[in-house]
Amino acid sequence: MSDFVTQGGFAAYVWPAYGISAFALAVLGLWIVSDYRKAKAKLAALAELERPTP
Amino acid sequence: MPSLFEFANPKKFMDLSGSLLPWLVAAAALTLGAGLLLGFTTPPDYQQGDTVRIMFVHVPAAWVAMMAYGVMTVASIFGLVNRHPLADIAARAAAPIGAVFTALGLITGSLWGRPMWGAWWVWDGRLTSFLLLLLIYLAYIALNDAIENETRAARASAVFAIVGAVNLPIIEFSVQWWTTLHQGESILRKGGPTIAPVFLWPLFLMALGYTFLFFVFWTIRIRSEILNRRSRTLLEMRAG
Repeated sequence: MSDFVTQGGFAAYVWPAYGISAFALAVLGLWIVSDYRKAKAKLAALAELERPTP
Repeated sequence: MPSLFEFANPKKFMDLSGSLLPWLVAAAALTLGAGLLLGFTTPPDYQQGDTVRIMFVHVPAAWVAMMAYGVMTVASIFGLVNRHPLADIAARAAAPIGAVFTALGLITGSLWGRPMWGAWWVWDGRLTSFLLLLLIYLAYIALNDAIENETRAARASAVFAIVGAVNLPIIEFSVQWWTTLHQGESILRKGGPTIAPVFLWPLFLMALGYTFLFFVFWTIRIRSEILNRRSRTLLEMRAG
């Protein structure tokens, strides 16, 4: 367990490399998904307005 | 046999990508999970120690950064030659994703370089041409956003992307053309990889996982842009 954490004395380089990668990809993924949801909601709202009222 | 252009129809693309996306997400999760598991259970390298594990996030990020630019270039060529709107959307959608992977390649490379070379950064051929790739991505995004007319923006950005593609072979062959601290080709080379299989497997799985992840992100961004264009069309119909 200790070897895993210390990464043979290179923890200061190994963990930031993984941490930054995970963080950046998570933020990118969240931004892309939130953008998609916004686009979907906007189109749905516009389509609703276009629907003829009875 | 359906042609590629049949799937380039936005309606067909939405249907096809909608059913493909869950599979792509699952493939990305599986390969990344397996890659991480293998990557953290391999023994340390006899020369590099545990820093060799940085390779499992650095090389895939660099690979996807270049692949994304290749995708953007091919889409730009289709956009210019065939005037297909989905090609323009596909090129535009790849840019920010490629930029993030390029930045990750630079950052993780720097974190690997410091303990191995004793320097965070050196102005050698590979690193400089890779930094240039990030600047090209950023300039492409800025150019695309700066021009209001969609068609003109797509044309100008496509030409810029195609010209910028000259940097891809420079990145690839920089380690052969110039004296560099960066290691030479060690995977796709004549005579086979010089990396031990124990490191090659996690590297392969992580590269595959990053590739799937790129296609997940890219597909969702294309879908968003198609929906945004439909919204704009509806708004224009209401206005006009």
